[in-house]
Amino acid sequence: MDTLNNTLLKVENLHVVYKARRETVYAVNGVSFCLKKGETLGLVGETGAGKTTTAYAIMRVLPDRTARIVNGIIEFEGYNLLDVPENLMRHGIRGEKIAIIFQDPMSALNPIMKVGDQIAEALKFHNKEDLSPERIEEQVDRTLELVGIQKERKYDFPHQLSGGMKQRVVIAIALVCEPVLIIADEPTTALDVTIQAQVLAMIDELREKLGTAMILITHDLGIVAQMCDNVAIMYAGEIIEIGSVEDIYSGKMQHPYTAGLFGSLPDLEKKTDRLHPIEGLMPDPTDLPKGCKFNPRCPRCMDICRNVQPEFTVEGTHKVACHLYGSGKGRGIDE
Amino acid sequence: MEAVRGGALMSERKEPILVVNNLKKYFRTKKGLLHAVDDVSFTIDEGRTLGVVGESGCGKSTLGKTIMRLTEPTGGEVFLQGEDIVSMNEGRLRKARLKMQMIFQDPYSSIDPRMSLAQIISDPLKVNRLCSSKNEIDERVDRMMRIVGLAPRLRESYPHELDGGRRQRIGIARALVLDPKFIICDEPVSALDVSIQAQIINILMDLKEEKGLTYIFITHDLSVVKHISDEIAVMYLGQCVEKAPSEELFLNPVHPYTKALLAAIPVPNLSKRHARPTVIKGEVGNPIDPVPGCRFAPRCDYATQKCTGRNPELREVAKGHFVACVLYNGEM
Amino acid sequence: MSPLQETIYRFSQNKVSLIGLAVVLLLIFIIIFGEFISPFENGVKQNIRMRLQGPSAEHWFGTDAYGRDIFTRVLHGTKYTMMIAFPATFIAEVIGIILGACAAFYSRWFDNILMRVLDVFQAIPGQLLALAVVAALGGSLFNLVIAMLIARIPASVRTARSIMLSLVGQEYIDAARSYGSRDYHLIFRHVIPNSLGAMIVSMTINLSAITLQVSSMSYIGLGVSPPTPEWGALLSEAREFIITAPHLIIFPGIAILLTALSFNLVGDGLRDALDPRLRD
Repeated sequence: MDTLNNTLLKVENLHVVYKARRETVYAVNGVSFCLKKGETLGLVGETGAGKTTTAYAIMRVLPDRTARIVNGIIEFEGYNLLDVPENLMRHGIRGEKIAIIFQDPMSALNPIMKVGDQIAEALKFHNKEDLSPERIEEQVDRTLELVGIQKERKYDFPHQLSGGMKQRVVIAIALVCEPVLIIADEPTTALDVTIQAQVLAMIDELREKLGTAMILITHDLGIVAQMCDNVAIMYAGEIIEIGSVEDIYSGKMQHPYTAGLFGSLPDLEKKTDRLHPIEGLMPDPTDLPKGCKFNPRCPRCMDICRNVQPEFTVEGTHKVACHLYGSGKGRGIDE
Repeated sequence: MEAVRGGALMSERKEPILVVNNLKKYFRTKKGLLHAVDDVSFTIDEGRTLGVVGESGCGKSTLGKTIMRLTEPTGGEVFLQGEDIVSMNEGRLRKARLKMQMIFQDPYSSIDPRMSLAQIISDPLKVNRLCSSKNEIDERVDRMMRIVGLAPRLRESYPHELDGGRRQRIGIARALVLDPKFIICDEPVSALDVSIQAQIINILMDLKEEKGLTYIFITHDLSVVKHISDEIAVMYLGQCVEKAPSEELFLNPVHPYTKALLAAIPVPNLSKRHARPTVIKGEVGNPIDPVPGCRFAPRCDYATQKCTGRNPELREVAKGHFVACVLYNGEM
Repeated sequence: MSPLQETIYRFSQNKVSLIGLAVVLLLIFIIIFGEFISPFENGVKQNIRMRLQGPSAEHWFGTDAYGRDIFTRVLHGTKYTMMIAFPATFIAEVIGIILGACAAFYSRWFDNILMRVLDVFQAIPGQLLALAVVAALGGSLFNLVIAMLIARIPASVRTARSIMLSLVGQEYIDAARSYGSRDYHLIFRHVIPNSLGAMIVSMTINLSAITLQVSSMSYIGLGVSPPTPEWGALLSEAREFIITAPHLIIFPGIAILLTALSFNLVGDGLRDALDPRLRD
């Protein structure tokens, strides 16, 4: 479907497990998606859906002691990242081509280092072009201005900045090497609404200016509507619905879980008496249900859902893994 | 103040269950006196819900704790069904708290990890010696668990075995077991996932219907507060800047801060996708040794000379709609 | 699983700590059944002809300068060392928990007074304080326990206080207060039970420290009086023969080392088992 030269990142059939002493946690179970250059993909789901694990697998920063990538391909600019040796990953890719923005700006910054130095350090680590100290300084100033911080503030320590400013610094560190892909893991969850709006507006502007592709991990369907081109909804380690924002927000051919997520949100524009939450809880990731992972909570569950894992039903750019759609026999129409 | 009282009279007349007059809570800090709650007044009629919204540091949680007298107020009065909470001694306060309970924000730190579920829910009954027999306690615990939707088999479970949603149900059951009239909900759903959040909100709303409860619902989430509240108070740096019936506030926000707050919510549909929201500049400050004047003025696009020098008072701009902003002073 | 069962399970997964626990249990076994393994008589009976013998089938750890059996002396030394260390640690912890809880709870006045008093005590090294007490009261077992207590209480109150301070800030304390719990309810039903895990850890670490301290007191001759076979006293007696008969110093040394080490291992294991970061 996609023309190869335009594709930046292609994740195929990714499986990640965490091995604890007694049990195996199936965190990511066969995730596949594509990201084109300059595009923003929203990865949406609740706690335990496998969003962050997917992101960490792409960055190859999963904890070695417990996590294992069992299967899959992560193709980035034509190379399979899972085959790239660690030292190449560290010097050529992580932080340089793919950068990550974490949820909590406080713990992502070194409290005893001036913010300007922290940005410069990221740059020096990947200093391919042998930039002179003056050029590095210039670059730091430019990046700070880009994220809306006066360059004089580079001599401040993190505790002298407010939460929103700190997140801007974290974003500056991610941007300073001019990556082609940014993974933002709930970048505004720790911030207040008005500050969130500021930071989101800034990210949006930067993305347009720099043409960076982004994977935006969030649980907030409002942020997705505002920021993303494409959306993947995750549940229990799988993508259960993926498509353009128009596909997902149109409400047509909606996965019952996606419908449940929308039903859980109070509507600001209409008066609703009751919310329509999804009953029940996330399944235990060490003991996932057979068939469709959502079947125990699904209001439209059928017999087939309990036994057969649904495949994607495709309609243009919109793919849904649900037995309600397609040929209805548990088989997708794309073969 | 008089005007605030007047606001309570608007709907069908009911006895106010809670009257808060000029409540103040200041904290001494190294940098100076922090005005966490500064001169807040409101009344709540029985069976109604007052939503309190604001961003972090606006004093909304301190307001809840001060009303419960978990922290001692610096000044002001709190009347619960006509009795002044602030001047009560320990013993009478304990009695008064039987009618007034609190649900806390963090479902992890707000319940004792060493107690089983049944112990947690029965503890309020035990410390107040409300039940004569063990059977009676067990019965009430079972009833509570049923009401909040906890399976009976969980009776002997411990909190760490349960997820956030179930823990928050325990918190609700614990608050309800004393059969209070009035509950302060301090961000009860902000630590939960959306689907679980909706479950908890539904429980709280059902309980309100069934038992005729009165809530103060403290939150930073405007869509949640609109859904659950009859009336909403918007707080900024310790002060109430706008107060109105829920519908009215969303249809017709007046205070520049409320407007900015509403504009900042990301809406989960594509209608506003390409319209850049109006973003307010600056960051929330600190109410340490504040000078008189509107505390929002440094971030406000409409700020003028008139905003400094003296605190804007809450004025009624429409029926039941109060705002503290010089732009609307004396217009009515 | 209750938190206690969970802790036990996690502890049982930690092999090194289990070895430590085995040694501790062995020590307790020795204290109770030492007499049956080798009667105390063997350890005080002098036999000049057999003096300073190396280890043999008859005398497993050899004999000392008076021909006494070192195995028996080390065996029974366990009892004397532990009879000081156990009660001293236990009492110090209990006092620590009570004072610590009160300090954390009544932070305005009680905490201030208590902390200043402890400052005074802690201005003097614990060892020196213990020495002074023994020098003043004389070197009986009972007086040694008192000396250890005085040396140890300030530290254990401080540990308890810092643990409890973090607990008092928890929301469930606010919650309990809001539904009408009185202060003693808060302290005894919520704060103390939640602190016990961490306090037990500090207790095992303290035990090992006190064992060493008791031994060192006896070593400089301020502990129990001869011929009581306290471990430190054994070392002290062995000083002159360190070159000619090193076994005299090796075996009591190993006993002290092993005891202190295994208490530390148990403490480490407990701390890991109780660590809330591993929970959930």
